Amino acid sequence: MKPQMITLHINGRTHYVALNPNQTLLVALRDLGYTDVKCGCEKGDCGACAVFLNGVAVNSCLVLAGQADEGEILTAAGLGTSEHPHPLQTAFSDAGAIQCGYCTPGMIVSAKALLDHKPHPTDTEIRDAISGNLCRCTGYAQIIQAVQSAAEKMDAGGEG
Amino acid sequence: MKYQVKPLPQVDLPELRTVGKPLRKVDAMGKAVGDTVYAGDYSMPRMLYGKVFRSNQSSARITRLDVSKARALTGVACVITGFDVPNARLVSDMPGQTGQKQRAGSDVPVLASEQVRFYGEPIALVAAETPEIADKALSLIEIDYEPLPGVYDPLEAMKPGAPIVTPPDNIVARWKIRKGDVESGFEQAELIVENTFRIPYQEHAYLEPEAGVAWIDERGAITIRVSTQVVEHFRTIARAVGVRQNKIHIQGTMVGGGFGGKEDITIEIYLALLAKHTARPVKMVYTREESFLAHAKRHPYIIKHRTGVKNNGLITASKIEMISDSGAYPYLSPYVLLYTTVMAPGPYRINNVQVDAISVATNNPYTSAFRGFGGPQACFAYEQQMDDIARQLDLDPLEVRKVNYLRTGDLTATGQVIESAAWLEETATRAMAALGEQTPDYGSVKIGQGFASYFQSYGRITWMHDTSQAWVGLELDGTVTIRAGVPDLGAGQANSLCQIAAEVLGVPLERVTIYTTDSALTPLSGTSTATRQLYMSGNAALMAATAVRNVLLNRASKYFEEDIEALDIADGKAFIKSDPSQTLDLVDLAKMCASEGMHLSNLALFKAPFTDPINPETGQGQVFPDFTFGSFAVEVAVDTETGEVTVLKAAACHDIGRAINRAAAEGQIIGGGMQGLGYGLMENLIVKDGVIKTPSLTEYLIPTSMDYPDIQAIILESGTGLGPFGAKGIGEPSLTPAAPAAASAIANALGVSIPEIPITPEKILAALERA
Repeated sequence: MKPQMITLHINGRTHYVALNPNQTLLVALRDLGYTDVKCGCEKGDCGACAVFLNGVAVNSCLVLAGQADEGEILTAAGLGTSEHPHPLQTAFSDAGAIQCGYCTPGMIVSAKALLDHKPHPTDTEIRDAISGNLCRCTGYAQIIQAVQSAAEKMDAGGEG
Repeated sequence: MKYQVKPLPQVDLPELRTVGKPLRKVDAMGKAVGDTVYAGDYSMPRMLYGKVFRSNQSSARITRLDVSKARALTGVACVITGFDVPNARLVSDMPGQTGQKQRAGSDVPVLASEQVRFYGEPIALVAAETPEIADKALSLIEIDYEPLPGVYDPLEAMKPGAPIVTPPDNIVARWKIRKGDVESGFEQAELIVENTFRIPYQEHAYLEPEAGVAWIDERGAITIRVSTQVVEHFRTIARAVGVRQNKIHIQGTMVGGGFGGKEDITIEIYLALLAKHTARPVKMVYTREESFLAHAKRHPYIIKHRTGVKNNGLITASKIEMISDSGAYPYLSPYVLLYTTVMAPGPYRINNVQVDAISVATNNPYTSAFRGFGGPQACFAYEQQMDDIARQLDLDPLEVRKVNYLRTGDLTATGQVIESAAWLEETATRAMAALGEQTPDYGSVKIGQGFASYFQSYGRITWMHDTSQAWVGLELDGTVTIRAGVPDLGAGQANSLCQIAAEVLGVPLERVTIYTTDSALTPLSGTSTATRQLYMSGNAALMAATAVRNVLLNRASKYFEEDIEALDIADGKAFIKSDPSQTLDLVDLAKMCASEGMHLSNLALFKAPFTDPINPETGQGQVFPDFTFGSFAVEVAVDTETGEVTVLKAAACHDIGRAINRAAAEGQIIGGGMQGLGYGLMENLIVKDGVIKTPSLTEYLIPTSMDYPDIQAIILESGTGLGPFGAKGIGEPSLTPAAPAAASAIANALGVSIPEIPITPEKILAALERA
């Protein structure tokens, strides 16, 4: 298949690149250097590659780069930096919610997708929201605590 | 509440400033914001992409291998077969092994050239300009096989006339324990209980598939940036590739989950060969399916228990037979088998013990290290056996255990004295208490509660003479640098060293930076395996930091004109304990020391206890430095119509000696417990004729956030461990008791036990049918 010129707006920066349109968004993002988007299965089983595409959290391994043309993409790295982290990034760091960290960016994207429309989730709603993100290290308890704690902080501070 | 909680003895642990606090780990924020560069995230200029060509046969002779078309493809830089690298072999009989015949030729060929012994065995390597060209090259490799008879059941593999996987026979390892006299023990018994337990494979399913990049640097050293639990593999790689040991440089990355699956050499050997043959950087990243095929699994076991008991539950004799399936190559099977052998009788004081354990070669996927290293298999069997003894004697499960639980000063089955606290009843009663009142049955749903206790070693086998090094230095701005070759798997291996150094040198954790996991540039700290890093490298960091502290206190003592004992360091200042307003900033103190030529850094080497090997005929002797003790409790709801199991509550209580970072310790307890629940109830690796039929996360299911409730983590601190500040290890022990606890709860609900995990709905319905 012939490469096509595709425009991707990623974390506020615009990339105009030649891509095979049948390439996945996951591979396109990683090739462009957005390596915080992790590859765990390439089948939509693990959620490590979750990103926002036009405000909706998607598994980037299940989206073709061509489908994302002109799309607004936000990855976990686009949410904050170590100097100015997003409240979810702070809460994950402080709650012991990060062990190997490989699931973390995708997990944070799914958690933000929940808080965007449900600022005061129950534990069950959090479990449901991250059910597509596998974590093999933590047993999830501290991740759920982290999302609760971020929700409280965001509510109090009006952030996010 | 079912049981009275056993009170703890009085323990006076000194109050510490940094150690024990649930501080933010030093590696956490980098991971949260996506700054951490994992092995697969790294790229080099002019980089090639490597791929592995694998066997699609479980047992066959290779009659023709033709890679000429693949080599001729435009964009292919090289194709390597076993004929190109005849000496590339990985030795899997580790030194120090005793009681074993020398298994000539049982080491692993890096690339099979004459015979394949398992499905997925590597045969050729390709490096090409793009991953797509590398894939195309794989499809152009021509191979013919002559199928050979295979053997896929360890019991069949032991029979005369069975196909031999590697000559001379299929017995890979054998261990024995002979303690006391089991026959007279059985004569004293008032009841003899016999059971056979079957324990399955488990797949690590770390989220990060194997990945790395290798290149040749300006020294001519093959540099390998890879996700590994063991940077010391540089020695084995040097031998296999045919270069000097100081020309292999491993730069370990943050590991995206290991759990033992990145303990054996993974892709680093292929990267080294491809970089050497092409003189270009080469990257290799496994797909999930290839990861399933390529790395070891947890050993399946068949374990038979025959136990003699008095009517009060006191064990008079324990006779245990164990068979493990090592798959096609030994890898760490002899060692895993030793662990299972030593832990076979459980944390019980038994005078008459006989254990016979065998590891058998088959043409199945090879098996090696997985969190717990043989301990979880032993625990599933001994705890189900204890429950059955209780059932047959009509006693409570705790009563039977109480009369047998090991105590400090008792001997294990191999005659090793338990020197540290052995809080078994203490942990069991707390874990059960945490479940609270049992939920009542409803309709076809039966509720049950159960628990399991365990003991599990931390630290390596003592006759392997384990050591670890760490370097700690104070910089002139009052910050602290640590250098240690520790691979960080996410369990807090690096962070623990930082909290220890921060404690000793009296600085906030934010002032400590650690450089890790480099076989050439950081002092070797040994493997991140065997629950040894906190114990070993933690002690090395403690020694090094203490040496630097002593230099500082010596100089401060002159400054204050006070004895060293009168001084302390905290919050970046030295001060007089009796008059804390008199301070000396660490920056000024460091400058004083430096200008006077005093040594502000220290490289320490910590040695574990060194012992001789155990007696191979009796298994008597010390095997491990020490043990962790604990218990796990589960409440389940079992639908007797559908066989469906719902875990309603779970609690884990472990004596971890001393928490270095409380949140990280809880993370180990909860995360390990979850892996153990998955192992007991859900994870099902299906292998038929040596072929893994479930090689993806769609087919091999691991626990999601919806499957189990939060595991309550209860940390006890006896302060009696051999690690820094009295810490014990918890990384692996956390997994061990979860599966048997779940099985115990199901048996409690149904009144019938199922001696085989995973306990699936099908097995429950079949057991109810039989009952």
